[in-house]
Parts: sequence; structure tokens; C-alpha cells
Amino acid sequence: MSKITDMTKTHNWSGQKLVTADHLLFDAPREKHFMTGSEVLKEAVKRCTVDASVSYPITPQSEAAHLIGELWAEGYVGVYFRGENEFGVMSEVAGCAMAGARTITTTSGPGTLRAMENFAQWSGTRIPCQLILMARGINSPLTIQPDNLEVSYMLETGCQIWYAENVQELFDMSIAAFIVAEKPDVHVPIITVVDGFFVSHTREAVMLPADDIALFPYEPYKSPLPPIDSETPPGRFLRDPFVMKSNYISYATHASWQWEVRSAVERSRPYAKHFLNGLVHVTGEEDAEIAFVTCGTASNQAKEAHRELMKLGIKTKVIKLRTIRPFPTEELIEALEGVKNVFVPEFNVVGWLEKEVKTALYKKSDADVVGGPRVAGGMSMPAEAIIQEVMEKINPGKGA
Amino acid sequence: MANQGPAYYSPYPTAVYEGVITPPEGKALLLTEVVDEEIAMREIAKVMLTSENATIFPGPQVLYGFNEEAKKKAKLIKEMAEVLNSKMIPMYDYRPKYPKIDAEVEINPNHPNLTIWHNNIKAAIFIGVHCHYANVALKIVRAETDCYTIAICGLSGHEDAMATLRDQHSSELEKFIKIAREVKAELGK
Repeated sequence: MSKITDMTKTHNWSGQKLVTADHLLFDAPREKHFMTGSEVLKEAVKRCTVDASVSYPITPQSEAAHLIGELWAEGYVGVYFRGENEFGVMSEVAGCAMAGARTITTTSGPGTLRAMENFAQWSGTRIPCQLILMARGINSPLTIQPDNLEVSYMLETGCQIWYAENVQELFDMSIAAFIVAEKPDVHVPIITVVDGFFVSHTREAVMLPADDIALFPYEPYKSPLPPIDSETPPGRFLRDPFVMKSNYISYATHASWQWEVRSAVERSRPYAKHFLNGLVHVTGEEDAEIAFVTCGTASNQAKEAHRELMKLGIKTKVIKLRTIRPFPTEELIEALEGVKNVFVPEFNVVGWLEKEVKTALYKKSDADVVGGPRVAGGMSMPAEAIIQEVMEKINPGKGA
Repeated sequence: MANQGPAYYSPYPTAVYEGVITPPEGKALLLTEVVDEEIAMREIAKVMLTSENATIFPGPQVLYGFNEEAKKKAKLIKEMAEVLNSKMIPMYDYRPKYPKIDAEVEINPNHPNLTIWHNNIKAAIFIGVHCHYANVALKIVRAETDCYTIAICGLSGHEDAMATLRDQHSSELEKFIKIAREVKAELGK
């Protein structure tokens, strides 16, 4: 096995040739494979010259964390260890990233909530780590079923949030995520979300570049805060918890700090546009008066509904949001030009995406927004449910 | 207190929420306008040479000789201060200070307005300050003082400064010093 000290200017410690993200994502030839989301995440991490990964098992992300551990055994990941629980994991991720390591972790559902305080701490300290969130229901009653209610808890943590629809997007996004998060003017954590089980446990065709290439390593000296390094200046500073010292530090300073974190998320837009090929992806009929605004696997179901509605002569389009933070307001408004009815199908009971869409469109669009259909607690969302929602709206009283 | 910013009830105007973003590569930013680097350099030199108590705030990335480029930059910044007739107040430690900041000795990013008020500084250059601390300080300075702030940045710049030069390495600093000398001669300073 190669050693972490073997890094050269052209190759990383596992002997992979170092390449740019543009080469890895856009130029390198690809081959077809057939893999689950968890397996594909392993393949992505394998190509990212990851310094550190911390894990703790919770369904449905356990397998992904386990597979990243195998990467460590194979010599592709610098450091890998198990935390004592999710709170510990996210704290340890913070420590690794503050010390200048490219760091990744994964979690799901109740694990996310158990670690909640850390996500705001991550963004507050401007670390560029990545969390792969394989969304799962929140407890009460106890569940391990797919559901993305937990994302609503993450929205105001100051982290970037991207949402992948399928296994291919999970691969590409989780590579691009490191690069965007590490841009010095962005440099806030990134949460790459997929719907648990639907993506993590689904085997799909996926196009992958060769595994003998990998991203250039993270450059901590471009960090907007000094990395913790007690030996090498300029780094003899801890990230002081100055907020605790309110007797000396004005509350207004805290306000400025918070706005700076959110400004950093906003600065990610041009980079995300480049690597994701736009913050929204639109499919369907350009002149449709009915649109579905979706993220994740709800996009897939909405596309199926679109195909069925086309057979009935009803034109629709699907506007898939690829970033939730920053929210692609401008792109959404542009895509909704001429649209009269908007439907927001989502896999949770609260309708957090509907709220986001309504906030973005307030006084900027005349379209009528219907929050639904919504399924929760692991229920699937058949295309029929979406079609029914549409027909009840455009053909009231007569149903689908 | 400052005008209420656009970002809800924050007292701090936050440039990105006003639609201002950092300049593209090869360009500079003057308030909300993207301009050629040389135009911005001329304007910056003029502001520094004509404002009361113009001051350069060098940060750790040019105060510590952690690489050859930093050492080179540090010497150039000293030369820049001479050409611009400006003072220098370092920002070498970002931690809150006890029992209080000494505004004569340093500027602290957590309350930069104190240093600027105390010294009646009307124009300031931030250079070699880590991005996050520069941005936090620039927001506060912008909101609470009438100081014209200038970011000379080795990376992608700072939209919360009134003027931003990006990707500034020692060769660009040399170019700026040359332009500053010309502007100084034009102004008869």
C-alpha cells in the first residue's frame, strides 16, 4: 500500500494521476458500469484524493460509509475512523477540515438531527467539508424509510445544499462539490443530498471515468481562515469562539459574520452553474402552462407523469432544482415564464420545497403554486398520484 | 449606527445581496462597476493620496515570511506605504483582544470600526488578510464608517470593499506602485 507521504506534484499517495475537476468531470473518457448509489459514492471518493473520512452507521448510509472505509484499506483515503456517534462524527469532521484536510462523511435521518449543532458550526468556521446526506425519515414513530423531511432542518445552517436525482448525478455532484466548496471565496461546507434507498440502494447504469485519475489535493493555505497548524505560520490561531465573549465583541460583529457565511453560499453560484451545467435542469415542453418543480427522485416521478400527461394531450415540463442553497430563484423564474400552474411533488409531510418555491416566486410570478402531491414515511410516489393532482386542478370535480 | 442594509434587519449592507459580485479574472471592481485593473489602480492611488490618514492594513499572509512570495510582497507593501504617504496598522492576530483592542497598534476584524474611528482613517487598504476576516471587517467598516476601503487580494477579491483588485501577486504590486508614483506626480504630492 502506498503512503500518505508519497504525494508528488503529478500523483497522489495512491499513485493516481492528479487532474483538474474539469478534466475528471467533462473530458476524461468514461465507461459504463452497473452500481448502487453507495457503490458509486465509493467510486467518487476514490477519485477525490480525500484526506479524511469519519463514519458512524445509520441506515441507509451505513453501506456507503463502510465502502469508504474499504477505500482507506486500499490506500485511497488518508485517514478513516469511526466516531462515537453522529455528534462526535461531525465534530471530528470539523477538526479534520480545520486542520486542512479534504474531509467527507455520510449520515441519514435521525443521525442528521443528532449532529445538528455541528452543521451551523461547520459553516460558521468556513470549512469546505462534504456531507453526503442519504435522506431518511425522522423518528416518531421509529422509521428507517425514505423521506426527505430532514432536509428542511438543514436549510438554514449556512451550508450549501445540492440535490442529486440518481446514481449518475450522485457521482458527478460529489466530485464537483469538493471543488466548489473549496473555492476560497466560497469555502463553506456542502451537503450533497440523495433520497435514501431510492438512490443509495438502487443499481443503475452509470458512466465512470477511469480510476487511475483523481483530483488535485486540497490547498489549505488558500482557506479564508488560517488552518489550525501550531507549527507553520501564518496559522498559529485557533478559530476563537468569539461569540461567547459577548462582553467584548459586539453582537453586530456576529451579524456581520453570519452574513458573510451566507454571502459565501451566494458566491458559489457561478461555480455551481459551471460544474452542474446550470442550477436547474428543465425537461418537457417548452411552452407548457403546467410545470413540476422538483428535486431528487421526485423529479424522476414527475418526468414519468409528464410522459403520461403527454399521451392525454396535456403539455407539462419538469424543472429540477439541482441546488437548494443557494436557491436558484432567477433560473426558476425564467423557467416558469408562461407557466400558469406549478406543482411541487415531494417526499415529506411538511412541504419544505413548496415553501421555498413560494418564497422565491412571491410577487415575481403569477403562477398558481400547488404544494403536492406529498408522500411521507417511506411511501412511494406513483406517477398516478401526480397526474391526479394535476387533473383535479385543471379539471375540477372530474378527477383524473 | 449605519443605514439599514438590504439584508433584512441586519445593520450591515451585504454586497452580494445588492447584486454585487467579485470581478472576473483580469478585471477589478470600483463600487458596483467592473473596470480594467489599471483604471482601478489609478483610482485607488488617487483616493489613498487625497484622503485623510490613509492607512494600509497588512495581514498575516504578508506579515509572516512563510514563503518567498510573502517576503517579496512584504517589502513591496513597505514601498507602497512610502509612495502613498500612508500609515500601516497590522492585522496580525484575529482573536478578540483582552482587555481591549489597542487601536494605535493593530486593527481587529471583530471591531475594525474602533481603529478607523480612533485614527480618523478615511481610506484603507486591506492586504494579506485571510478572506473571511477581511470580509467580516469590510462589512462592518462599510456600515459604520465613512472610510473608503480597498481590497488588494491574492485570490478572487472582496465585493464588500469599495475597490477590489484581485489576483494580486508581487508583479501586480510592482505595477501598482509604478502607477501610484505616476498619480502622485500628477497630483503634485
